[in-house]
Amino acid sequence: MADSKISVEQVRHVARLARLELSAADEIALQANLSEILQYIDQLNRLDTSAVAPTAQVGETGTPMREDVIANRPDPEAMLANAPARAGNLFKVPRIIE
Amino acid sequence: MSDSAYEAIIGLEVHTHLMTRSKLFCGCSAGFGAGPNENVCPVCMGMPGVLPVLNRHAVELAIRAGLAAHCEIAPESIFARKSYFYPDLPKGYQISQYELPLCKGGYIELPAHSEGAEPRRIRLTRIHMEEDAGKNIHESDASLVDFNRSGVPLVEIVSEPDIRSADEAGAYLRELRSILRYIEATDGKMEEGGLRCDVNVSVRKRGASEFGVKTEIKNLNSFRFVEKAIEHEVARQIEILESGGRVAQETHLWDPVREVTRPMRSKEFANDYRYFPEPDLPPLRVSPDMVEAIKASMPELPADQRARFVRDLGLTAYEAAVLTQDRDLAAYFETMLATGLKNHRTAANWVMTEVLRAVNETARPLADAAPLAIESGQLLKLVETGAISLNAAKTAFAAMCKSGKGAGATVAELGLAQVSDEGAIAAACDKVIAAEAAKVAEYRGGRDKLFGFFVGQVMKAMGGKGNPKVVNEILKRKLNA
Amino acid sequence: MTSELNRMTIAEARDGLARREFSALELTRACLEQIKLVDPKINAFITVCAREALAQAAAADRRLAAGDAPALCGIPLAIKDIYATRGVRTTCASKMLENFVPPFDATVIARLREAGAVFIGKANMDEFAMGSSTENSAFGVTRNPHNVERVPGGSSGGSAAAVAADECLGALGTDTGGSIRLPAAFCGVAGIKPTYSRVSRYGVIAYASSLDQVGPFAKTVRDAAILLRTLAGHDPRDSTCSARPVPDYEAALTGDVRGMRIGVPKEYFVAGMEPQVETAIRAALASYERLGAKLVDISLPHTEYAIAAYYIVATAEASANLARYDGIRYGLRVDADNTGDLYNRTRAAGFGTEVKRRIMLGTFVLSAGYYDAYYLKGQKVRTLIRGDFDRAFARCDVIATPVAPTTAFKIGEKMADPLQMYLSDIFTISVNLAGLPGLSIPCGFDRDGLPIGLQLIGAPFAEETILRAGDAFERTGAVKRRAAIL
Ligand SMILES: [Mg+2]
Ligand SMILES: [Zn+2]
Repeated sequence: MADSKISVEQVRHVARLARLELSAADEIALQANLSEILQYIDQLNRLDTSAVAPTAQVGETGTPMREDVIANRPDPEAMLANAPARAGNLFKVPRIIE
Repeated sequence: MSDSAYEAIIGLEVHTHLMTRSKLFCGCSAGFGAGPNENVCPVCMGMPGVLPVLNRHAVELAIRAGLAAHCEIAPESIFARKSYFYPDLPKGYQISQYELPLCKGGYIELPAHSEGAEPRRIRLTRIHMEEDAGKNIHESDASLVDFNRSGVPLVEIVSEPDIRSADEAGAYLRELRSILRYIEATDGKMEEGGLRCDVNVSVRKRGASEFGVKTEIKNLNSFRFVEKAIEHEVARQIEILESGGRVAQETHLWDPVREVTRPMRSKEFANDYRYFPEPDLPPLRVSPDMVEAIKASMPELPADQRARFVRDLGLTAYEAAVLTQDRDLAAYFETMLATGLKNHRTAANWVMTEVLRAVNETARPLADAAPLAIESGQLLKLVETGAISLNAAKTAFAAMCKSGKGAGATVAELGLAQVSDEGAIAAACDKVIAAEAAKVAEYRGGRDKLFGFFVGQVMKAMGGKGNPKVVNEILKRKLNA
Repeated sequence: MTSELNRMTIAEARDGLARREFSALELTRACLEQIKLVDPKINAFITVCAREALAQAAAADRRLAAGDAPALCGIPLAIKDIYATRGVRTTCASKMLENFVPPFDATVIARLREAGAVFIGKANMDEFAMGSSTENSAFGVTRNPHNVERVPGGSSGGSAAAVAADECLGALGTDTGGSIRLPAAFCGVAGIKPTYSRVSRYGVIAYASSLDQVGPFAKTVRDAAILLRTLAGHDPRDSTCSARPVPDYEAALTGDVRGMRIGVPKEYFVAGMEPQVETAIRAALASYERLGAKLVDISLPHTEYAIAAYYIVATAEASANLARYDGIRYGLRVDADNTGDLYNRTRAAGFGTEVKRRIMLGTFVLSAGYYDAYYLKGQKVRTLIRGDFDRAFARCDVIATPVAPTTAFKIGEKMADPLQMYLSDIFTISVNLAGLPGLSIPCGFDRDGLPIGLQLIGAPFAEETILRAGDAFERTGAVKRRAAIL
């Protein structure tokens, strides 16, 4: 992998940002896959886009706005029904340390 | 710190809730006081497949804030995703504004407290809209998450590094809170997370043009903590520089118990938020008509009201500043004047002493702590017409705070009305002159100072209710006769 | 007779139900029978909703009897398992959501319910719609009903296979880079990806929000038009959804394409395309000429950059869209003694290989120092690709291309090479980047009996035009709908 587009360290950094635990084998595979894909993506550099505006969306512009009315009724049971762990009507997680 | 060789460079990022009925992107109640996870729905819980829809009133309130702070309102602004993982952040990103905020530039003018002093202007970088996160409750063995606050609308108000001291930071925050309350964007209740503040602090040698390395202190939720944290951080940085060290660029947390700042533990905090335009929300377009309509609905702002109080009512800069710190207080004052009071400064001082004392003593909102402004006005009017004395008015006011009764009724009930009847006063004077023949002789012999003594005796004889002005007149006439 | 009901088109069933020739219950039972018979071979469904479907069918019969039958009363549909269905497990083909039961319906699900449709089951797909073959499912591979050694295309492969195998009369898919059109082509059915914003995305589990679009699969273009009319339209829950009125798409199917200008982009007929595919496409184009349409040579010069731009934009959006799967409010959780490990392990265990790959790529292209070089560049190239289409539609009404350079490939063939897999979407992806409507219809079969798809691309909101063109071709009878070989 002489001209890898991405190093194993970068793979690890990105995995930290993405909150994904990777095995050593995952890291190597991802380094190879991502390098190949990024290499392919590099063909975009053939295009001079210095004067081109970016397109983020292709729908109509001007976001609609809703009136400020309360439309929902409390239903904590429905909202917590899928919770992996709960304490009463609260979601339970390991103790958070800041 | 004026005597120091260093000066502090301070910028504030203030988050405040906007007073809407519903949340920023869904129809859940934004109110307080519900049980855990009652004000939540699939949208603000970040369930798979849900989408945000913007609350118009939140936009209007944010624009009001922008106009009040002299910002430029962007005709098109963009929502972005700010990505980070935290248990109270349901989508793994916060919808916020980044590159193109709703309000740009602007400034907050701090009131001048003394005559002739120039008001200070703290420039703003921007005001943008974003959604709040939920709340983590920490227990000994676990943390618990409540999403009732998730999706509540916030504005983030970012200042330029124009603040130079902890006091000035406090003044800025008070003025900001006052403005936000005047425009009814927020109720400014700190204890319910209504106003939260991140502080950027650096110090430099006085006269230097380069900024020093700054630290960020996160999530301060009271004005007092902001001031304390700045004082502590400035002192800490000066000490480091004085001992030849270098300030590290860090994020600190304020420890309110030990009253110190400490670096955040998580090393990864050098976060990479990966902002990008929120694809679920097209750009926010604000038409000139919308801005004009909001402009037309804007109330008088504290700075304008202060200027008017000084110019038209003859108050001092200090009096005007105190009254306009709180919209309700200023309104109270103006309602008092509307009863036809001629002495504006007496009314102002009444508000600053009697009314504020009632608020402070009861720790309740103005409307609950003090009698109606119109009743306070009536009371002072009785003073102006001489019907009661100022002291009697204060006595009546204290009683009214408790009883909730009107001014006239209270004065009558407590028998506080002054006696201005000339016959009654003349009779009292005659009685005193007769009883104090020796002193009368001394007085008439040239000891003018004794006049006060006679006034006191007459007032005593009248149970304190004699109209001092009339008493003075009649007594003088009789003694000099 | 009963056993043939499931082979009907929606238009036929609609008429038969209206005439009370058979009941909705019989129709639904026929589909459930077929599922029992063939689904073990093709695995088109993650969840079969027999009980719910029979109840819906019974309700449909009551409405039919009462004479107040709405548009899709009693029509059994397969629903891609990407749509939130209240009370019915919705997995997105991921272990992450294996037991997730949404407390709400997607907007289009609510609309179909109101229209009286029967939900026969939740169809298999590539996990989180990431894939072109329906091999990336935590619930097993879906097989092509025309040849079970072949993929059905993806990501909506279960929906396409279910329609092709007559397990239902129509189906719902989603299309982010070709995920309706490619499986429609590989399975020999009709599938339309409408204009971005034409159909609400509320309740559709997001892959790439600026590209995702809802659309139907059907046995005929007419059926696709019938379904689209119910799906399309304004939704106050989706800020990107258009408020334009919805036309009567079925009424647009006049069979008349005289004078229609059909653009043929030279960039879509290049090396690497199977000759049999090109032959079939050219034959279809010749049919259009005979019908009175006019062929116009056009150029879409940035076509070759579409895949690269797509894999930046789509994965960037996906990396954020999939951040919500953190093991706290719903879905899989792998316990740990701190939240950091909880996230890391939950996400490692819950997501499959391709999903992780795309999250990693998307996270990378947005990360500090790479945003401009990748994400922003991708957005700019997106502008260029849109510009290509704008210019092309000044010269033509419809653009006709192959859907894919090949017919359905073998299961496993491209799994080891993600880039080769991505290249399957080379002819479909530009349409998503530009937000255009695209229709895929069968236009022939290769020597192995595998279907070949023709893609008809329209200008924004020109669904009527491409549906009319597709229907006109279908009417020529040049391609007989071929029952799957099962
Ligand atoms: Mg913020
Ligand atoms: Zn909500």
